[in-house]
Amino acid sequence: MSCGKSRLRGKGADISRRDFLRSGAAVASATLAPGVTLIAFGGSPAEARASAGNRWGLLIDANRCDAGCSACVTACADENGWAGNGDPATDAQWIRKVTLRNTTTGHETSMPVMCQHCAEPPCVDVCPTGASFKRADGIVLVDKHICIGCRYCMMACPFKARSFVHEPVVNQKTHAPRGQGTVESCTLCVHRVDAGGTPACVEACAATGHGAIIFGDLKDPESEISRRLAEYPSAALRPDLDLNPGVRYSNL
Amino acid sequence: MDRTIYREIKATPQVWQVAFLLGAMIVAALATVVYVEHHGHIVTGMTNQIVWGLPHVFAIFLIVAASGALNVASMASVFGKDHAKPLARLSGVLAIALLAGGLAVLVLDLGRPDRLLVAMTTYNFSSIFAWNVILYTGFMAIVAVYLFTQMARGAPALFVGPMGMLAFLWRLALTTGTGSIFGWLVARPGYDAAIMAPLFIAMSFSLGLAVFILVLSALCRLGDRPLGGLLMQKFARLLAIFAAVVLYFTAIQHLTSLYAAEHAGFERFILATGGIYTWLFWVGQVGLGGALPMLLIWHPSTARAPSTPILASLLVVLGGLAQLYVIVIGGQAYPMPLFPGHVVFSGFGDGTVAAYAPRWPELALGLGGVAVALLATGLGAKVLRILPTNLSDANLGSRG
Repeated sequence: MSCGKSRLRGKGADISRRDFLRSGAAVASATLAPGVTLIAFGGSPAEARASAGNRWGLLIDANRCDAGCSACVTACADENGWAGNGDPATDAQWIRKVTLRNTTTGHETSMPVMCQHCAEPPCVDVCPTGASFKRADGIVLVDKHICIGCRYCMMACPFKARSFVHEPVVNQKTHAPRGQGTVESCTLCVHRVDAGGTPACVEACAATGHGAIIFGDLKDPESEISRRLAEYPSAALRPDLDLNPGVRYSNL
Repeated sequence: MDRTIYREIKATPQVWQVAFLLGAMIVAALATVVYVEHHGHIVTGMTNQIVWGLPHVFAIFLIVAASGALNVASMASVFGKDHAKPLARLSGVLAIALLAGGLAVLVLDLGRPDRLLVAMTTYNFSSIFAWNVILYTGFMAIVAVYLFTQMARGAPALFVGPMGMLAFLWRLALTTGTGSIFGWLVARPGYDAAIMAPLFIAMSFSLGLAVFILVLSALCRLGDRPLGGLLMQKFARLLAIFAAVVLYFTAIQHLTSLYAAEHAGFERFILATGGIYTWLFWVGQVGLGGALPMLLIWHPSTARAPSTPILASLLVVLGGLAQLYVIVIGGQAYPMPLFPGHVVFSGFGDGTVAAYAPRWPELALGLGGVAVALLATGLGAKVLRILPTNLSDANLGSRG
């Protein structure tokens, strides 16, 4: 996730360039053991699938989200190995359930909030080293190799979507490396997406029967997420900032 | 005497005692850095909501004061004030030392301070932080050359003026960069304001001069050098004007925010209901750090007291720390909105004021940065000829 993506950051990566990267990455990567891949340079073959032709996003239907359910949060923690130590203030919070209460009517809405994968991400703008970056397909990530732990991205994020790793980490997942003293956030399960899958939170929500989260390609007009967005009203969080997030909410 | 003679201060037992104390503070700070790096930031009071804490208050104080400490040299080289000329060298050394202290705190609080080389070699130029790395290192280099033009034997004097001007313009850019760290944060209601840059420049004038007055009087006492009361009163009168300018910019900052309905909640928090932040604002910044030093300096009954410049400077320093605490911590403690017309709740403190209690490693690191700045300045005065032997009013008066 975090290695060698710098070559993929440009918006206009064309097919031949990606093909080149894919072939180079295959040469540069050596499998040490099942599930452990040493990436020398050039990125993994899967990572080379990031394409400016896609923009991955989520549509969250607040009407379908059950206030008492946190399956998406549990699934994300299990998938990415960030289970907390019992202190919400310092634990990682890649995704959290929030309740919105209308100040006029008192109506309450429950929904998950994670990195909104903005098209104009403030975290990427402020990061001094470029560790915060946006892939060609719109997924916003942190390069753990050059994050210096300054936390300026956390100051800049309007959604409190980023966490600083306050304690030593153990039992990390090979597909979601973490590092004490660096910042992390929802990766949109980039390892799954690059392999053609869907994020863990989406799967877990569907398994409960709520089906409140839809994942898909915002640039594909035929995708379910695009059709739903075109058909029904939806909204972005902090619309005043005009960040064009990849995560959208309906029935807020 | 009719000319300024610069001499190194002597290594008296008193000087050694102060150096030992500052050295001990630095060792304590380094020990806490190892402690925090080993256990993680979990041993500090900082959280995922208050991500910048007490170390950043100290670091920003020192960095802002650094550019302001160059005031005296700028007064001499740029604005032609003769009474400031003998102190231009100390002003330059103090500016570099304060910046070094502030940067030390900032760097040692990083989650990965071992990656300093990454920060110095990998730049994202859309980040004001990245620009600040260049502004800070450039400031040190320019002031070092500026000092060289003043101190090197045989260096032509005609370079002093242009270098002084360059350093003056650079320090304005530097403080603009520091203020913009907050001014360009669009997400938080307490920041996102263009006035942050000029406010920080005003703070730098005030805090830098206050620190300069305190350091000058301490060095003269340690080095047993006469220091004229009239000279100190001149600096104090300037300090009062700077303190007034800080209050002016602060007033405009809050009045502008009060005018916008969307910021009413944050203003109510800082000005009325914010507990520690409200106290620090009114009592710390406005009262003790602004109004009281101005009263001491301008009131006829205290204006000429020898202790007034020192006392006023101490109050300005405390007021500056209070102001930065309110800006840095208060700005993060107030919850961010998530969706218009809605309040938000969660298990992660959404919609509620975030708690913050600084712990001792943060204080030790912050004080360590202060010690680095003071020890470096003292070392400068010990090995370089930056402190005049005689700063008495009679001597300075004879210089016209």
